[in-house]
Amino acid sequence: MIKTDIILSGVGGQGILSIATVIGEAALKNNLYMKQSEVHGMSQRGGDVQSNLRISDTPISSDLIPLKKCDLILSLEPMEALRYLPYLSDNGWIVTSSTPFKNIPNYPEDGDVLNEVKKIKNSVLIDVEAIAREVGNTRCSNIVLLGAALPYLGIPASYIEDAIKSIFARKGQEVVELNLKALAAGAKNK
Amino acid sequence: MQKLLLLADEAIALGAIDGGLSGVYAYPGTPSTEITEFIQLNSDAKARGIHSRWSANEKTAMESAIGMSFAGKRAMVCMKHVGLNVAADPFMNSAITGVNGGVLVLSADDPSMHSSQNEQDSRNYAKFALIPILEPSNQQEAYDMAYYGFEMSEKLGRPILLRITTRLAHSRSGVVRKEMKPQNTTSFPSDPKKFVLLPAIARRNYAELLSSQASFVESSENSPFNTYYDGDNKKRGIIACGVTYNYLMENKELINGSPILKIGQYPLPKKQIEKIMNECESILVIEEGYPIVEEMLKGFLGKNLTINGKLDGTLPRQGELNPDSVKAALSGKKAEPVVIPEIVRMRPPALCQGCGHRDMYEALNAVIKQYPDAKVFGDIGCYTLGALPPYGAINSCLDMGASITMAKGAADAGVFPAVAVIGDSTFTHSGITGLLDAVNENTNITVVISDNLTTAMTGGQDSAGTGKLEDICAGIGVKKEHIRVLVPLKKNYDEMISVIKEEIDYKGVSVIIPRRECLQTLKRKKK
Repeated sequence: MIKTDIILSGVGGQGILSIATVIGEAALKNNLYMKQSEVHGMSQRGGDVQSNLRISDTPISSDLIPLKKCDLILSLEPMEALRYLPYLSDNGWIVTSSTPFKNIPNYPEDGDVLNEVKKIKNSVLIDVEAIAREVGNTRCSNIVLLGAALPYLGIPASYIEDAIKSIFARKGQEVVELNLKALAAGAKNK
Repeated sequence: MQKLLLLADEAIALGAIDGGLSGVYAYPGTPSTEITEFIQLNSDAKARGIHSRWSANEKTAMESAIGMSFAGKRAMVCMKHVGLNVAADPFMNSAITGVNGGVLVLSADDPSMHSSQNEQDSRNYAKFALIPILEPSNQQEAYDMAYYGFEMSEKLGRPILLRITTRLAHSRSGVVRKEMKPQNTTSFPSDPKKFVLLPAIARRNYAELLSSQASFVESSENSPFNTYYDGDNKKRGIIACGVTYNYLMENKELINGSPILKIGQYPLPKKQIEKIMNECESILVIEEGYPIVEEMLKGFLGKNLTINGKLDGTLPRQGELNPDSVKAALSGKKAEPVVIPEIVRMRPPALCQGCGHRDMYEALNAVIKQYPDAKVFGDIGCYTLGALPPYGAINSCLDMGASITMAKGAADAGVFPAVAVIGDSTFTHSGITGLLDAVNENTNITVVISDNLTTAMTGGQDSAGTGKLEDICAGIGVKKEHIRVLVPLKKNYDEMISVIKEEIDYKGVSVIIPRRECLQTLKRKKK
């Protein structure tokens, strides 16, 4: 049975929807049901943004994930990962970038946010930008994060690999290879 | 058939295209913008020559759609909920004229005010205008309703309100496409006076509208979008409207055998409402927005039946519903409080780094400091964020265009300096007529049109006044020497400050236009 409820989070402009696009393509190609609620409009201007992404092999009712039912919080920013903690199920996972995005004057001390994430038993902190740089391009850091989350997506890794191949195909084989490398690097470094 | 992964907004666009649309008319507004954008980029729409350019505002959009309908073709108007206030005059009267080609009026409500200044429920407008409503619960229904909506409008002879809310508008799911229908050919109303609302004709038309109400109810009773699910447990019946049906089904285990009436078309289907009210001891009404159905049922049939919903606190009156608030309503247990860890700080949206509005506010604030009695009237757009720190620059934000007219009223009341800050797109939407009022009285106001050459807030749509602002202002009578164009950059601060000061000190109408392209549209162009 496949049923994974994911909250993608970050700061407006970080591109959380690019991750959703890959998971969405993977779901659609494999005839899974999917609902994905997005944020458009005012909050995209550097505010906190999230997307509720639900995939399942049976029909999905709500576009929103109920409290304590989220299987995975996938975040491009560590404080933003914590914002959705009330939605995380008891056995759910947090996979988040460890790099803070400081566009507010009262952002907490770095260490405090990371310690708070570490307190959660199922959490993965990953320096996606550093890994993306090693792979060759910081523009694929979102895919590195997705790689780190592969074990918790509830769908085979090959679905995601195929989705990356078809999404980036029009940008050329080189871009496909780079993103596959980023995915693998994320998976290895989690 | 292959499923397409579409936002409900996109599903509506595609449903309309496939349903024989000839023109979409709209002004951008979250959460409705993506409908028109989809049609603008769609290859079938291009091949069919479907009109999709942005209109100056929702009123011009609505009137153009009625014009297209007059000529026999199918038209759709799209707007956010408050846009329907702007279009209210033609909207209300289009119910009296009726349609020739089918008309869909799409209004996207924003409960929880994700990107709006109120939570008004557009269903009230359709009730007010006495026309039917379609309200989808999911992306496929959104497609289907747009697809069948034109025929329904033509059959019932009136425009149809298609109501969605933010959650559905901006949620994606699989949608199966239907066969494309042909567009209508040009044809004129069989009754040549139908669209001439002189009192004598309007009285006749209104009588027809009133007598059509029964056919609207009958259409609802037979609608595939209104479904009755029988249940053995008659203690409580449940009526779920539009997207709330999903929240109900998310809590299947709590339904407990209750009969359910799923509503997707209004006016309410009388037969089904009678059935559920007759067989159940109480009714739970779940609807997004205002308690409209709930209020109607409280008086329906004059029966003494317990109706639970937003009026008695079973569901929250404010904000959008969700699976948890519906769970609480079903179980009778209070919703769990959402406790966010203490360390998490608010992260409000802000103007982009390097945005021209920032430079405009820096300079304006520097001048305003010298006038302790100054008031600055704001408007709707990215620059409304100038109300927040670090600027705290504006004292008002009411509706599209109100910066100029509020400044005028305040100046009439003796406020000096009275400054308006408005964007280029908002100015052409609703600012021009207010400026004309000020010019005609030579009111002592200073209007800043912060021109970023786009409709930025909604994602960078074409702005109706691009390249024309100075001519528009001069054309309605602002003196040429008091139309001042600036480039909002740090290096120009001294010039900006002296120009703003000069124009504030000028006793009369002056317009300052700081002009620099939106960084977001610039970035997209470079890609």
